[in-house]
Amino acid sequence: MLAVQSSVPVPDALSVPSNAPEHCPGTESELAGKADACAGCANQDICASGVTRGPDPAIPLVRARMETVKHKILVLSGKGGVGKSTFTAQLGWAFAADEDSQTGIMDVDICGPSIPTILGIASEQVHSSSSGWSPVYVQDNLGVMSVGFMLPSAKDAVMWRGPKKNGLIAQFLKDVDWGTLDYLLVDTPPGTSDEHLSIVSYLKESGIDGAVLITTPQEVALQDVRREIDFCRKVGIRVLGLVENMSGFVCPSCKTESQIFKPSTGGGRRLAEDMQVPFLGAVPLDPRIGKSADYGVSFLDEYPDSPATTAYLDIIDKIKDQLEH
Amino acid sequence: MASTVDTPAGRRLQHVKHIIIVCSGKGGVGKSSVSTQLAISLRNSSPTARVGILDVDLTGPSIPRMLQLDGHPVHQSSDGWVPVYADGSEARLACMSVGFLLKKKEDSVVWRGPKKNAMIRQFLSDVRWGELDYLVIDTPPGTSDEHLSLIEHMAPVAGRLSAVIVTTPQAVALLDAMKCLSFTRAVSLPVLGLIENMSGYVCPCCGEISNVFSTGGGQEMARREGLQFLGSLPVDTDLVTLLDAADSGAADSSGANSGSETFDLLRRYQRTSTAPLFAKIVEEIVRTLDQKSSPA
Repeated sequence: MLAVQSSVPVPDALSVPSNAPEHCPGTESELAGKADACAGCANQDICASGVTRGPDPAIPLVRARMETVKHKILVLSGKGGVGKSTFTAQLGWAFAADEDSQTGIMDVDICGPSIPTILGIASEQVHSSSSGWSPVYVQDNLGVMSVGFMLPSAKDAVMWRGPKKNGLIAQFLKDVDWGTLDYLLVDTPPGTSDEHLSIVSYLKESGIDGAVLITTPQEVALQDVRREIDFCRKVGIRVLGLVENMSGFVCPSCKTESQIFKPSTGGGRRLAEDMQVPFLGAVPLDPRIGKSADYGVSFLDEYPDSPATTAYLDIIDKIKDQLEH
Repeated sequence: MASTVDTPAGRRLQHVKHIIIVCSGKGGVGKSSVSTQLAISLRNSSPTARVGILDVDLTGPSIPRMLQLDGHPVHQSSDGWVPVYADGSEARLACMSVGFLLKKKEDSVVWRGPKKNAMIRQFLSDVRWGELDYLVIDTPPGTSDEHLSLIEHMAPVAGRLSAVIVTTPQAVALLDAMKCLSFTRAVSLPVLGLIENMSGYVCPCCGEISNVFSTGGGQEMARREGLQFLGSLPVDTDLVTLLDAADSGAADSSGANSGSETFDLLRRYQRTSTAPLFAKIVEEIVRTLDQKSSPA
């Protein structure tokens, strides 16, 4: 019988293989290969033999590649369309403004990669060399990797289930020739699913500095952020802080500020207090942000006098601060 | 392929006349808000219409909040899970979401594909929808596990499936909408049309229209791809507030169950400026669906 009142308990989600049966106990569990759910699973013998309790073979390769990457930051949101990719791009540009630092952006949103468009490199392609796939460079010190560079046309839909997405993420981490990086920013798709679990499990050993969470002020977005914070706690990732995006809109004609997405339950600031995560700041909605993203130019450079730019730079400073500790 | 009613999902859905999948490619363009409005408006389109709304966004369910059903439990009967009714005793708007199954609202659902697939199969085969005129399915962003699972499990009723694509006018969103369209073509899912959401924002102070997320892109895409353009919806703060359940005084505990004051949400929805725009969209959709089913 189904226990309908509560969701099915999540075992140790990180150790469940992507092609597992419904109630897989997890390959690293004591019960691997022996639980009821394992009967009939094609991998039962492998699990029962005990070899799976060892680590994923890709992990040492990822670790080797990530040895030269100083800081690894995830950008997460829970809800879609709140500005993860835009924020990631701004963060990348801001870090790269320092000519002595090297920044990489990895777009693991496999079904809807926006990073190439936002950075203005949508028509580029990935080249492979003996040392791996080379990232596409926006400028000398800002490299990017996204599934968007691998599609024959922008129209093509990537219709992949979990295991294929995980395979590609592993490749992004072990086969891309990132070189020496000061910052690796990982832009994620909305939700808490395959992509997130994969990136966390592959990077766990190399260490993730933390996650920046993005939200918009309305409760519908906040409830997804609560889930995302819960996810970070479950998998043991530090939350660097919460950014409230699209917070208030200033009419270009009468200069009155109005709230498009009303913070009916106190917005991001209140949520950050309740959940005890740092609140990094609020970015007002400026139509030019979206436009810059569509044209693939840096909003921070184009409109240095916008209040949104000030807010962004302030937040980026706070993130840098957080990374020092 | 399995014949019509061979699978549990097929049997369960055989009394559903039309199934509408709402998808977008990009997140945050208003799929859930469009799904909710679609369900409410379809229910309102005739005095006897029975509508179901299924939320398959498993890791970020928003429908319960939007229908002001947060925190309602799902009950089990001998004949499957009983959906939660948004309109109380009239029982013409049934809703099912993973949100109802969570103990706390901040619980995260961290599932990989196979578990999501299993949950979707259960939603399709174990929910006691009864006879429905329309089943609206709200999907998560992207074109991945959830979408493939839906199409797979609904193969027995493929003839009754159709999709509505939601986009915002920005280039970034249109790009993803294009991918979504490619997906519907790859799985031969007929598309009812395209809705452009968040098209312009009217300043409450001076009435000036700002194109917060640019404008016109959806119409252009529909024309280029030979899709029906169903309409554009401006940003409506009243609607945002309503669906966000900002002042849900009555709706929380007793509202949904009290027979007399049946469907408060509908009443308040009809006062928003989006409601009449959406009514036109629904008219269009109903007409297309009727045409589709009449020759058969």
